[in-house]
Amino acid sequence: MADTYQHLRVNDLTRAVVIEFAERKILEELSIVEIGEELSQVAGSLPGRTLIISFANVDHLSSATLGMLIKLREQVARTNGQLILADIKPQILEVFKITKLNRLFEICDTMGAALDKAGRQS
Amino acid sequence: MSSDGCINELLIPSDLLAAKQPEQEILAALQRFGYPDQAIFAINLAVEEALVNAIKHGNRSDPAKNISVRYDVNATRAIIVIADEGTGFCPASVPDCTAEENLSRPCGRGIMLMRTYMDQVHYSRKGNMVRMVKYNRAQS
Repeated sequence: MADTYQHLRVNDLTRAVVIEFAERKILEELSIVEIGEELSQVAGSLPGRTLIISFANVDHLSSATLGMLIKLREQVARTNGQLILADIKPQILEVFKITKLNRLFEICDTMGAALDKAGRQS
Repeated sequence: MSSDGCINELLIPSDLLAAKQPEQEILAALQRFGYPDQAIFAINLAVEEALVNAIKHGNRSDPAKNISVRYDVNATRAIIVIADEGTGFCPASVPDCTAEENLSRPCGRGIMLMRTYMDQVHYSRKGNMVRMVKYNRAQS
């Protein structure tokens, strides 16, 4: 993919677009607006695709991050695409469970499982 | 020492960059007293949520208004008190973010996370000050 992003690494595979966060501990309030804008750009440039976000680099998360992901999920769904969250550390996954957002989001334990799911659905 | 038992006090402007200072000071204190990673994660999250609420919702990012952060951390518990200069709010009026009809709302989870991750969360009558306590289970 030609686009470059400050906070994201985007890898366009055949069955899905894999998105990783470029730095650790970036999902805090100060940077979340910029990250949300970049994720929205990715989704906007790849309508109808399956986006897999890797949380392998994520050690911290706030309610602002959850809000940003909810908006992204809606944007992706509007073009009949799909958003999958993968590789979420137990501490971070607990936040999704507490807020019951594990019911809203498609969450896979590993990137492999997410790619398998994307493959089955493409 | 203030009446809420806190011995450290900072006054910061209503901006997110300034909020890093109390966050970092509290984090350093938690590490100094050997709080477990889980408790540090919990307190970090709650403090960030409370500061963001104070800056954005309380003071509405008004540069003329400040946020007061008082804290006291010892080996057994951490107390954090955050106050803004806003008009306050009624915490009970915040909708349940875990209700099915609210799940897809992009906001309204901060207070719920604070209540879940801290052992005590009390708001002042006016609603512009929150006092949070977390006990250090590693010591018990």
